[in-house]
Amino acid sequence: MSNLEKYNAAFIDSFGINAEKLNGLLYQSIPEWDSIGHMQLVAALEDSFQIMLETDDIIDLSSYEIGKKIIAKYGVVL
Amino acid sequence: MYWFDDLEKYTERVAVICAGGLQKTYGELISGGDSLARRIGGRTLVFLMCSNTVESIKAYIGFLRARIVPVLVDSSIDPQLLSRLEKTYKPEYCYYTDNRASGGTTLFSHSGYTLFRTEYVRDYELFEDLGLLMTTSGSTGSPKLVRQSYQNIDSNTRSIIEYLGIIGSDRAITTLPMHYTYGLSIINTHFASGATILLNDAAVLQKEFWIMFKKYKATTFGGVPYVYEMLSKLHFDQMQLPSLRYITQAGGHLNAKLTREFLKICADKEIQMIIMYGQTEATARMSYLPWEYATKKIGSIGIAIPNGKFWIADTDMSPIEQPNVVGELVYEGPNVTLGYAQASEDLALGDERNGVLFTGDMAKRDTDGYYYIVGRKKRFLKIFGSRVNLDEVEELLTIHGISCVCAGKDDHLHVFITNPQDEDLARNFIVHNINIPRSALTFSVISEIPRSSSGKLLYSALPPIDPPRNE
Repeated sequence: MSNLEKYNAAFIDSFGINAEKLNGLLYQSIPEWDSIGHMQLVAALEDSFQIMLETDDIIDLSSYEIGKKIIAKYGVVL
Repeated sequence: MYWFDDLEKYTERVAVICAGGLQKTYGELISGGDSLARRIGGRTLVFLMCSNTVESIKAYIGFLRARIVPVLVDSSIDPQLLSRLEKTYKPEYCYYTDNRASGGTTLFSHSGYTLFRTEYVRDYELFEDLGLLMTTSGSTGSPKLVRQSYQNIDSNTRSIIEYLGIIGSDRAITTLPMHYTYGLSIINTHFASGATILLNDAAVLQKEFWIMFKKYKATTFGGVPYVYEMLSKLHFDQMQLPSLRYITQAGGHLNAKLTREFLKICADKEIQMIIMYGQTEATARMSYLPWEYATKKIGSIGIAIPNGKFWIADTDMSPIEQPNVVGELVYEGPNVTLGYAQASEDLALGDERNGVLFTGDMAKRDTDGYYYIVGRKKRFLKIFGSRVNLDEVEELLTIHGISCVCAGKDDHLHVFITNPQDEDLARNFIVHNINIPRSALTFSVISEIPRSSSGKLLYSALPPIDPPRNE
């Protein structure tokens, strides 16, 4: 699985959504991405890429697109 | 005098600060609340849609002071459930967020809230000391309400202030909704102390929460177990929060690992962490674990709050005197609520409990007099701080044509279904209508629902439940 596929899978599995919904997806824009969903997403990203997100990055992860930039800081190339 | 009748003494002090920076003094809050109450006129039943906003808090205080009885409703309540509650209790007035206000006659609109007169005519009495009505289970939408008296609200608030040592200079930042007992008790105790509430709807995962926390120098907050899970993930240990004085935990059992983690963090930060236990049926709080015993008594709910007492009941309801013997936990105190309401006629009922509450929790007392909860007498789970009645979930799914049995442990719901094709339907229903998150759900397919010869469900015959992941 490519890194982009892994990244997408973290969102798809955490929120139980289809891939078409990913582009432009924002925190709290769907019922599934609430604080509980957010914790699952963080855990899924950390597991998939074997990284540990810092406080500010967990808080800043407010959209599908911003998340890409955040994990790039941990050396993950999508 | 009840504390809410005596807020004039704090007139000049700041009562609330909102995320946008808006501040309201106690004087402004009570004059706004009193004037809203005057629009209603006299003692009656009102539905108040709760949010962590000035408007919502102002109305709550104004209604208490004017002896108007509010039913506190979650602002995100499902419209069908709300309409069911309205039909059951026939409120003469509603104070709702604009987007939810429909029907009736609009009397007043302000800051996103609308007061309207409904079509209902009140054909039932309100018991003289009835002060407030709280929902028992927001998620399954049961129309059952807890009847709290003015005396209950006053006494519980004073006991909590005493054991937590809340002072006028405290600034509590909200982490919980106002319709939730624990969230409301934080508002009550800080207002009664002339302290300040930092009002916000952001979760601890959001930047806005921490901006507000730091800008207005929060001294305390409360959290249900899930808030502590999030704080752990957010590396709470590394945060620099010099204004923080102490934190509280309630709303379900915090597991031993997280408890140890936070006790250590708090000791390092030189702040206190007070673990507490309560129920809406006891207004809010029944016990607390004093900080000096926190590490010695891990897993304990502590001791009864000032003016309250605990005892353990045997199956015949007689007290168990010996330590370390499990029985039902019984609480006695002036904060034990009047009882439940299931229909509007019940609002005329007086005190049915006489200060004694059988908690439904099974517990034991150690030789030092500290109490430990070991389980529930009935089939309840506590998922992200909300009580989930397994029998109600089962009933709701059955009504939707899904043959199932619900079980679970702590904060995880396990649904046994007989038709594998029902899984998606059941999951969607539970997630969207009962608001239980996907992560707290597991499904298994069984060939048939195990029943005794008399047709009674045999929970003991269900396959063993696998422990949820990450536990």
